[in-house]
Amino acid sequence: MMARKVVITGLGATTPIGGDVPTLWENALKGVSGAATLTDSWVEEYHLPVTFAARASVPATDVLSRVEAKRMDPSTQFAVVAAREAWKDSGIEEVDRNKLAVAFATGIGGVWTLLDAWDTLREKGPRRVLPMTVPMLMPNGPAAAVSLDLGAAAGAHTPVSACASGTEAMHVGMELIRAGKADVVVVGGAEAAIHPMPIAAFSSMQALSRSNDNPQGASRPYDIDRNGFVMGEGAGALVLEAEEHALARGARIYAELAGTSVTADAYHITAPDPQGLGATRALKAAMFDGLIQPEDVVHVNAHATSTPVGDKPEYTALKAALGDHLDNVWVSATKSQMGHLLGASGAVESVLTTLAIYHRLAPVTINLDNQDPEIPLKVVTGEPAKLPAEGSIVALNNSFGFGGHNAVVAIRSV
Amino acid sequence: MASTEEILAGLAEIVNAETGLDVADVQMDKSFTEDLDIDSISMMTIVVEAEDKFEVKIPDEEVKNLKTVGDAVNFIAAAQA
Repeated sequence: MMARKVVITGLGATTPIGGDVPTLWENALKGVSGAATLTDSWVEEYHLPVTFAARASVPATDVLSRVEAKRMDPSTQFAVVAAREAWKDSGIEEVDRNKLAVAFATGIGGVWTLLDAWDTLREKGPRRVLPMTVPMLMPNGPAAAVSLDLGAAAGAHTPVSACASGTEAMHVGMELIRAGKADVVVVGGAEAAIHPMPIAAFSSMQALSRSNDNPQGASRPYDIDRNGFVMGEGAGALVLEAEEHALARGARIYAELAGTSVTADAYHITAPDPQGLGATRALKAAMFDGLIQPEDVVHVNAHATSTPVGDKPEYTALKAALGDHLDNVWVSATKSQMGHLLGASGAVESVLTTLAIYHRLAPVTINLDNQDPEIPLKVVTGEPAKLPAEGSIVALNNSFGFGGHNAVVAIRSV
Repeated sequence: MASTEEILAGLAEIVNAETGLDVADVQMDKSFTEDLDIDSISMMTIVVEAEDKFEVKIPDEEVKNLKTVGDAVNFIAAAQA
């Protein structure tokens, strides 16, 4: 029996380069940076070695009601904003709630709530620790809030695989629909970790760019002078739907989620396998899953975080999976624009990959002044790249996470 | 020491901030759970905020006895006396 076909019918996002999908897409094609110097007092107070980040361009508290926002960690606020946009965009009016599921990822979860509560405990004592602390800090908070908001009763899942989380959520959603456990799954990822502790922690492992005098030029994937990633925040959400369910209601279908896969390096807790073996297996497995030949692939939204050690193994893996055809494939490194949204990045980049297939246009990579000769990819710079106007086309979205997690999705035109 | 009216007004502000309910809906005879739909988590937040605002102690075991807004206002007034 053929697996159920899964299609993408709704998109939502709140990011450093746009508080909704239309704005995100417009800016992704234009090529803008969402990074800026942080003005928070804690930057100086703690002498943080990194003084900039890419904040969400529209604060979630501007979109949600005051009372709603008060009961949600910032990560959950972003999740609900993005999920509502995706749900509205799908045009679904009626759905069997027992066939509607959620798979909403995060890398860290409610880190603001956790650390605020710790401060409160130390400064004011246990009675002043808010009773909503636990539901706000739990990493399943975003998934639970989205499930509650939409009445999704078929299950609310929280894939947690560091920076691969958002893409792994796509994989979970795909499996739920294929297994017949849901007809519609709202998938996504959310992160709100621009807090002094995570900045200090990522800095101390030398993962963050320290280009404090040039925030907008700091995220420069594939550039010879790349020196670390830029912390971003926000959320992305997609409505995945069984094809027959979408066709029955006459839905606008953006693209098919053709294949997904998740593998583990089992190599090192943070360093990517220099041979990119786990990533190669993930790429090949996603292509196999979607019955995709290398020649079908026209575009890759790369993980490409702008770290000295991370960008090259991804190239090695792409080369191993796509062979010489890689020379024909347009690669976009959108973290150059919005920074690294950690557990949300895979979801936001899946939104961009879906739009790239739908509009047959690949978004630009900024800050690529001197391409690393060891990474000879065909990178989209300057202007968006036109993808083939006719015929079936496929794009891949890669995400990799600390812990050796590799997640890949393949998105095909319909 | 605040008057009953002042305590009611102050409590209504706290309830509004926590739940979004209109301050005018917070009347002496209203039940927190039945009329105002305030759950136990919100109730604990309101209690702690009220302790700060009116500089009183409302013991945890007392909270279950505060069924109406009037119960809370009267308890706070007595505690301030």
